[in-house]
Amino acid sequence: MNFDAKFAAKKFNSVGTRPVRPDGVDKVTGRARYGADFNMPGQLAGAVLRSPHAHAKIKKIDVSKAEKLKGVKAVITADDLPDLTDGDSGLYNILDNCMARGRALYDGHAVAAVAAIDARTAREALKRIKVTYQVLPHVTDVDEAVAPGAPLVHEDVFTSGIDPRPKKPSNVAKRSEYGHGDVEKGFKQADFIVERRYRTEQTHQGYIEPHACVASFNADGTADMWVCTQGHFVFRQTCADLLGIDVSKLRVTSSEIGGGFGGKTHVWIEPVALALSRKAGRPVKLVMPREDVFRASGPTSATSIDVRICARKDGTITAAQADLRYSCGPYRDMWAELGAMTSFACYDLANVKSVGHEVLVNRPKTAAYRAPSAPMAAFAVESAIDELAHEIGMDPVEFRIKNAAKEGTKSSYGPVYGPIGIGPTLDAARDHPHMAAALGKNQGRGMACGFWFNFGGQTCTDLNIGLDGTVTLAVGTVDVGGARASLSLVAAEELGISYDEVKAVVADTSTLGYNDMTDGSRGTFSSSMATISAARNAIGVMKERAAAMWDIPVEDVVWEDGHAKATGAGHGNLPPLSLKEIAAAAPKTGGPIAGHSELVADGAGVSFATHICDVEVDPDTGATKVLRYTVIQDAGKAVHPDYVEGQYQGGAAQGIGWALNEEYIYGKDGRLQNPGFLDYRIPVCSDLPMIDTQILEIPNPNHPYGVRGVGETSIVPPLAAIANAVSNAVGVRLAHIPMSPPRILAALDTKKKD
Amino acid sequence: MTAIAVSTTINGDDIEVLCQTEETLLDVLRDRLGLTGAKEGCGTGDCGACSVIVDGRLVCACLVLGAEAEGRRIETIEGMAKGDELHPLQSSFLEHAALQCGVCTPGFLIAAKDLLERNPDPSEEEIRFALAGNLCRCTGYDKIVRAVQDAATVMKGG
Repeated sequence: MNFDAKFAAKKFNSVGTRPVRPDGVDKVTGRARYGADFNMPGQLAGAVLRSPHAHAKIKKIDVSKAEKLKGVKAVITADDLPDLTDGDSGLYNILDNCMARGRALYDGHAVAAVAAIDARTAREALKRIKVTYQVLPHVTDVDEAVAPGAPLVHEDVFTSGIDPRPKKPSNVAKRSEYGHGDVEKGFKQADFIVERRYRTEQTHQGYIEPHACVASFNADGTADMWVCTQGHFVFRQTCADLLGIDVSKLRVTSSEIGGGFGGKTHVWIEPVALALSRKAGRPVKLVMPREDVFRASGPTSATSIDVRICARKDGTITAAQADLRYSCGPYRDMWAELGAMTSFACYDLANVKSVGHEVLVNRPKTAAYRAPSAPMAAFAVESAIDELAHEIGMDPVEFRIKNAAKEGTKSSYGPVYGPIGIGPTLDAARDHPHMAAALGKNQGRGMACGFWFNFGGQTCTDLNIGLDGTVTLAVGTVDVGGARASLSLVAAEELGISYDEVKAVVADTSTLGYNDMTDGSRGTFSSSMATISAARNAIGVMKERAAAMWDIPVEDVVWEDGHAKATGAGHGNLPPLSLKEIAAAAPKTGGPIAGHSELVADGAGVSFATHICDVEVDPDTGATKVLRYTVIQDAGKAVHPDYVEGQYQGGAAQGIGWALNEEYIYGKDGRLQNPGFLDYRIPVCSDLPMIDTQILEIPNPNHPYGVRGVGETSIVPPLAAIANAVSNAVGVRLAHIPMSPPRILAALDTKKKD
Repeated sequence: MTAIAVSTTINGDDIEVLCQTEETLLDVLRDRLGLTGAKEGCGTGDCGACSVIVDGRLVCACLVLGAEAEGRRIETIEGMAKGDELHPLQSSFLEHAALQCGVCTPGFLIAAKDLLERNPDPSEEEIRFALAGNLCRCTGYDKIVRAVQDAATVMKGG
């Protein structure tokens, strides 16, 4: 494929404008169909029985009474999802998480499921399933899980990444290490040092739409699924693997998605719905109640992080080290590793070392949550950086500017950076009026930086030109927040037509080639690259058609402003042919006109942000109010600035909730005590101020328009920015997230005693 | 158990529907009448995604029994536009990009409509408190508040 993805500066006509999104009217009229809004003929209602124990051996499951209930069409347990994973431990863990196999590993772990003629009958059937448990010792806290003598989540897990392999099993599934230089040498060169332990509690992505799907397993071995997902092609592959279906025989259609933030990159109920449908011989709708969403899907890691950073009097950081423990739930993963990789990515460091420990606990499987693992590491590091700046007596912005990574810096996780935005976002923060605004009593200002890698990946796009010259753009990356508008703008830009003449849709798995999911901030980055490629291929076809219509060599045809134009001596009098004219002639010049693109979108430019916030802390109640918030982030090129701003604002709001309120609370019995939006309180409208945004555009050299992903980085700085603001307001360092009123009051008490 | 026959008015249309005793108004709207614009985000009245108006009062449809709809006048998101003509709030939400995933949007529009009918000229703070029963996880509320402010101006004839 001869597609040149290199950035070329140009003047944009469509890109950078703010038109109404193509899926907008459906969404304001209630017509848009989400996961639970779809039905099939003969559809049954599914329901899942979940373990009330944090850790228990499942001795027996008696489903006979449930099966005898009138209206029950299928009851399944792990026996109905036989292990087809063939030694693939990652896939086995997904299977085990979907339906417990012998042991329940957390409060909320699925143990059985039913399909019945209606929801009432399904609920009654669940009550009639008798599970005999043998309760086992459990551990839910990340620090307790690594302490000597902790109950083991698995007796056959030995820490990998250590040579020689340990002889005793451990809840630390894996150790990983990143960095360069000699940190011990660096510590000896320093005049100031900050060393502290930071903790963050577990949070949920909190998408408003619970997981939902309709699965239909047909008599001929084919199957269909309608599902809210961030990646229907990936769901198809995983479900096909787990159920033993040929990939091409499972057609997955992604519904409109009511928020995902990483939580809908993993399968939870989908293989269960397929297994129920297979057994019942009818379509099955399965929707997670909100309580189950909290108990058994999502959440992100709880963490415990030790940071040590030191600097010389002149403000040069000489060494930085982090030791990170991230809870993974009961299954091995790479959450701490991502924390280790991202922790020091904002800085240019001679000596740096970060070590990640993946910690198994009896909590739900940790899932990706917007820039997964980076916010907690940034909380720890950016808090320590702030404290170190205070120790040295430097302004925290100037201190960061002095040590910021730049083009050519060897990053703490390995690669050497190209053109990056950390310096410019810091410069913009220093110069922002927010920085100079006055503060009142009990108020404090904080700032912090954040980094995210951004992903690229496999992408496939079809661009079809209708006889009337309007364009259908079929993409395979799920639209989580306005991408169809952005991609329509890109198609219009490349073809030289108006935005209104393009309609973007998300194609299902049977009508388009494979696409990786919408994660890693890749949706608009990678699908816009594929859209440009597809449009250029379509232009190639249109130039050939124009050449045929004119009867001149195709080499003498160029494409400009939505028209084929003849160049060269002898063709000067030929009037340009518009896209519409070429499209109308298509039946006589070779048939349909389309452009296709299949590519791996390499070179997703890394992303940086700097946030500033002001808070006021009530010393009597410990309650914190965010007074002002500013997000400054590099977008590469903002394709649709409204939705770029929206990503900045939404990430900041999630970070504010994480910093101040949100927290999974487990009892001593290992059960989640707050599985609902009343007790797990995400920010509401009256909690927040307007969130100001500043978009910087430092072109990504690896994208034709300079686009970088923008979706995730905005959640990375807020935890630290708010912690720094609160610490400045109350005069004592807050090192435990969320900074709920009781924690702030406790910190104020400690300060009084000192 | 015998189903209950309910006669009610939804978006101006007379409707008769059978429902089970424990079914909520939200279940009836979504599963029996195909009006899926109201969403179930929590089922406990915490998220506001199922906001509808019953006899002029803003409620969570998940906290009302279907049987309670008897003789009532119910307004849902499906009745907010007049044919092809969007309500000024709907237009304003689109113009301001006040939605990302859009699943909370029907609830916000119903709650905002209720607010502007009671208070045509709300302050930012009044808007924020009026919408505090509706959760949005995507936007940070900024563009939603601006969209409501702008719609209020339009509706006042400004």
